[in-house]
Amino acid sequence: MINLIACIKQVPMVSELPWDARTGTLKRELAQGMMDPASAHALEAALQLKEKLAVRDSAVTLTVVAMGPPMAAEILYQAMALGADRGVLLTDRAMAGADTFLTAHVLARFVRTACPAFDLILCGSQTSDSETGQVGAQLAEELDIPALGYARSLEWYRQGCLRVERHVDDFLELMEMDLPGLVTVDHEDDHTPYRPRYTAMDGVQSVFEAREVEILSAADLGLAEAFNALTQSPTRILDVYSPTAQKETRLLKGAVKKSVDTLFEEYGKIISGAMGKDLKTHDHEGEETE
Amino acid sequence: MTHAKDIWVLGDYRNYFQSRVTLQILARATELAAATGGRVCALVFGHGVDEYVGEYIAHGADRVYVMDDPALADYNLETYTHLLSGLAREYRPGILLVGATRFGREIAPRTAKRLETGLTADCIDLEINDEGLLVQIAPSFGGNLIARIITPEARPQMATVRPGTFQELAHDDDATGEIIRLELPKDLPVPRIRCIKSQYQPARNQKLEQADTVITGGRGMGSKRKFKKLFELADLLHGEVGATRPVVYSNWIGHDALVGQAGKHIKPKVLFSFGVSGAIQHTAALSGADFIVAVNKNPNATMMKLADVAIVADANQVCLGIMRAVREKIRD
Repeated sequence: MINLIACIKQVPMVSELPWDARTGTLKRELAQGMMDPASAHALEAALQLKEKLAVRDSAVTLTVVAMGPPMAAEILYQAMALGADRGVLLTDRAMAGADTFLTAHVLARFVRTACPAFDLILCGSQTSDSETGQVGAQLAEELDIPALGYARSLEWYRQGCLRVERHVDDFLELMEMDLPGLVTVDHEDDHTPYRPRYTAMDGVQSVFEAREVEILSAADLGLAEAFNALTQSPTRILDVYSPTAQKETRLLKGAVKKSVDTLFEEYGKIISGAMGKDLKTHDHEGEETE
Repeated sequence: MTHAKDIWVLGDYRNYFQSRVTLQILARATELAAATGGRVCALVFGHGVDEYVGEYIAHGADRVYVMDDPALADYNLETYTHLLSGLAREYRPGILLVGATRFGREIAPRTAKRLETGLTADCIDLEINDEGLLVQIAPSFGGNLIARIITPEARPQMATVRPGTFQELAHDDDATGEIIRLELPKDLPVPRIRCIKSQYQPARNQKLEQADTVITGGRGMGSKRKFKKLFELADLLHGEVGATRPVVYSNWIGHDALVGQAGKHIKPKVLFSFGVSGAIQHTAALSGADFIVAVNKNPNATMMKLADVAIVADANQVCLGIMRAVREKIRD
């Protein structure tokens, strides 16, 4: 029996982000949720691995886990419709506000309590919301297993060993990793073999009717009663702001020539500085240059 | 002098001439160290690495810890994590900074977890606040939100830093620094990850990412023929041309020129943006631009709101107007 775990996350749909234009903050409660694109690639890699191993007559179980608010169960139903055997949601008020250190801790508790006999954990290389790319590596560290980031393709090389091809800082590498282990899947590669498959709506519906997402709380995971991710995370967010909300834009309207002249009169130095070349400014007009 | 005020920078020297991120962090670290009253220390693990030790001193390091051993000839995540976390436990620096290369983004989280401390990813600025804490400034949602983060208690305060964020100091041949050579510990872990094959495959053209002036064009340029005018403008301004996804899809320019989440992130001193509406996938890659001039018929386009100067007009007309103005103004 081979046990795979895919860690996925629900993120706000970026193209539909509802903004408070005055404060420049995100109205998260109004945001539409979707499966994080990097997670979707990790799930696809897990599904393909499962399909390949099944051909070799190996029994494979794919568990998909997400941590988040109750509404994140949506993406777990989606994952089950795509072929995952088991969907588990880790949800609890005490988990809210976890930084990557404590997110990895909660996921590690899940693996240890609910899925200890795993062979491989797959994560996205970087979620589209917080973009840290840290949780996979930190989960592996807490479980004391090896991890490889940015996998372009995976191959179950032989029992207990995975081969991973990856592109890291201008090096194309072929790596081998002892299992159990963890990989994060590169979703930015143009030629990824793990482009997420299409989710049929009726598939999600029948899974929703026939199967249940398991819900686990902090207590179910054996986290201490005093566990509070918001106050116990080693990092603290001071504030969050939108860089655009603070920007003062100089608007130039009317005749093109006048706008262009104003541009160079007022900002010519900045433009010529970037060019690395002097430009005649208004003041110098008519002067002799040699 | 205690080590708690020291700022450590992991020497990520692989591909040295392409990736200058360690030097860039050293430059900022010298400014931060002036505020903490500590030293700037670089760490170098590897074999035959004296060249980098000298480079780091010439670029601002007060002290370099070196482990030079044939066993460290290849970058190995598990070995390097072991060394880095071991040294951090022994010397207890106040701050540990790592370049946000892919390697850096693998080693930093594991090290932070092992040291039971916080880590902020891909910082675009770092400051020391009134309490002497490191304020880690990092983008999220593709640069559409910026968070300021601290690590109040756990040490070291750790961050990875986006390449290209800081300007490296000029190479100073007269700079002096302490070199501390350390023995390789005996308890190196047995590697569970092995490199079967590694092939240097340098990144594609970096011109766009490194240009001080970038001219981007969107669908508002109207046609492939009109879009080509941007190359003339780029020649005049000594800049490079980038494009949005619809333009690349329309084959007005190659995929290499795509600026966006799926393409290149740029950090020019001046960005001219012509006929770009400002979809989030595109603007996410512009967060490093210092000064933005946007041209669009629609004053309410997102790109216009991101700009320092927004010119409400036809993009082609303004492109021609700027070309004319620059030709007049270039000194012989």
